[in-house]
Amino acid sequence: MSNITKLSLAGILLIVIVISNSIFVISEVERGVTLRFGQMIEADVKPGIHIKIPFVDDVRRFDARILTVDATPASFFTVEKKRLIVDSYAKWKIADVETYYKATGGVERVAENRLARRVNDGLRNQFGTRTLREVVSGERDLLMQNITEDLNSTVLAELGIQVVDVRVKRIDLPDEVSNQVYRRMTAERNKEAQELRSTGKERAEKIRASADRERTIELANAYRDAEKIRGEGDAEAARIYADAYERDPEFYSFMRSLTAYKSAFSNKGDIMLVEPDSDFFKYLNQQDSD
Amino acid sequence: MSWNEQGGDKDPWGGRRGDQAPPDIDEALKRLKEKVTAFTGKKGSGKGSGSGSGGGIGSVKNLLPIFFTGLLVLYGLAGVYQVDEKEQAVILRLGVYHNTVGSGLHWNPPLIDSVTVLGVTEERQYSTRGLMLTQDENIVEVALSVQYNIANAEDFILRLKTPETTLKQATDSALRHVVGSTGLDGVISTQREQIAIATADRLQALLDIYSSGINVVKINIEDARPPNEVKAAYDDVIEAREDLERLVNEAQAYSNGIIPEARGEAQRLREEAEGYSSQVVSKSEGEANRFVALLEEYKKAPQVTRERLYIDAIEKVMTDSTKILLDTEGGNNMLYLPLDKLGQVSSGSSSQRNNETSNEMIDRVANEVIEKLQRRGNQVQSERRR
Repeated sequence: MSNITKLSLAGILLIVIVISNSIFVISEVERGVTLRFGQMIEADVKPGIHIKIPFVDDVRRFDARILTVDATPASFFTVEKKRLIVDSYAKWKIADVETYYKATGGVERVAENRLARRVNDGLRNQFGTRTLREVVSGERDLLMQNITEDLNSTVLAELGIQVVDVRVKRIDLPDEVSNQVYRRMTAERNKEAQELRSTGKERAEKIRASADRERTIELANAYRDAEKIRGEGDAEAARIYADAYERDPEFYSFMRSLTAYKSAFSNKGDIMLVEPDSDFFKYLNQQDSD
Repeated sequence: MSWNEQGGDKDPWGGRRGDQAPPDIDEALKRLKEKVTAFTGKKGSGKGSGSGSGGGIGSVKNLLPIFFTGLLVLYGLAGVYQVDEKEQAVILRLGVYHNTVGSGLHWNPPLIDSVTVLGVTEERQYSTRGLMLTQDENIVEVALSVQYNIANAEDFILRLKTPETTLKQATDSALRHVVGSTGLDGVISTQREQIAIATADRLQALLDIYSSGINVVKINIEDARPPNEVKAAYDDVIEAREDLERLVNEAQAYSNGIIPEARGEAQRLREEAEGYSSQVVSKSEGEANRFVALLEEYKKAPQVTRERLYIDAIEKVMTDSTKILLDTEGGNNMLYLPLDKLGQVSSGSSSQRNNETSNEMIDRVANEVIEKLQRRGNQVQSERRR
């Protein structure tokens, strides 16, 4: 009883093993090749469920998605012999499974290494014919397109892969060049700062000058007006004086002289040497004048 | 080949157990397992693998149907899964893409269908920072963040091996390309927005080429500034700009200070002139009126008035000033007058003591003079009498 059970159990196990070894599933993200004793019998196994001869056929699976080669940063020279450190990546996928398997043994890393080397060669060639400026700004797209086309003309046949895109991630300057750039940038900023300060002085001076001018003009105008007003006042006064004094010029002259004498000799320090025979002293000399 | 060999990420069991199975199903499975264990007296197959033969061992044969029924129920339950509103599930049937389902409760046969549930609408973010070259061959430091979500779950899972790494690489490339096409000033100040938009466009184009299924929602340039090595120089420019403002403001202040002052002063000049004018006119009128008034009276008695005015004036003059009366007529004798000393006296600048002596001296001199004059006067008188 238990023997029968054990036997049937072993049988079931065997059947399961055989079945599981004779069907296989290729996923949507994979491609496969089937090998019979190492000989390729099916080159491109599509996704889905498939049957093979158990223990005889061998299935190799490869990633069918777009893969990435992230190249290590490398130094390239531009046409003007400037050294640049370039970090790039390439997107690729397996296009021809058979060729790919033959060329790389189905090992992704092998394919990546070979591709990376070609990408670097391509970059070196492209950089070597362009200036720094072209590489950095103007012609990046063209450069990438050229490399992609160049690579695709060879790698499909040789490696069974298709390059989707090659991109430069970073273009850096080596330290010594960076320092030069920093120095130049600093100098440019210094120039700008200097210009700003000078402009400030210029504008300030203009404002001051304008203010000074305005003040001078203001005062000059005021002086002019003031003098005119004074003149008018003087003229008016002169007219009034003249009107009055015209009536008796001789008496005016007399009065004016008296006033002048009073103000001229108002100080104790004024010493007068007078002869007593002036009119003022006529009674001092003779009391009994007629 | 069993499912387990296909790799963890595609195993429907692992996937469902890990994060997507609702707790009540887990609970149910657990209970079922416990029951099976109790019936067979052995450990139930937790994995629920296709063979299911382990349960056959047991002396009690009538328990076998129950055991297989249990397995069937287990299989059925294992195919149930839930997709959240923010998720989508990509289903592969026997390796081939079958369909993509949205939110809700779903059932797919285990082992045959492989279900990958993926959060699609939730916004993901990637931030990066780095030095890069600008068009004018300067170096600038830029930090940005990319907000993205998954537009196409099928592409995201099936077309690209490392979609998120790809996003990072493509971001680096796109950003540097755009910055490399922009001048330094544009990058650090005026054109940030354009750079963000251009980078987003370029990044989206790259991601589409790679069929990544990623949708770039927004790119924010979080920081764009000159590198630390030149920071001081840039700060100095900012300072210089401030200096400029300050100088202009100072000059403006000066201007604002002096111009109103000048206007005030000008007004003062005019007012003073007006004042002067009024003054001289008034004064002239006054003096003229006085003169005219006096003249009226003078005309009535010219001789007397004239005499009176004259004597008044001379009296005032004589009173206010120091005077020395000299009668030189008829005599040719020398008269010594120490005018310098007299001057000293009257100047008032000498000290008190000097003043006193001078006063004494003046008195003495004056007395002498007066005596002399009187004597002469007497002589003259006597001569005249004679």
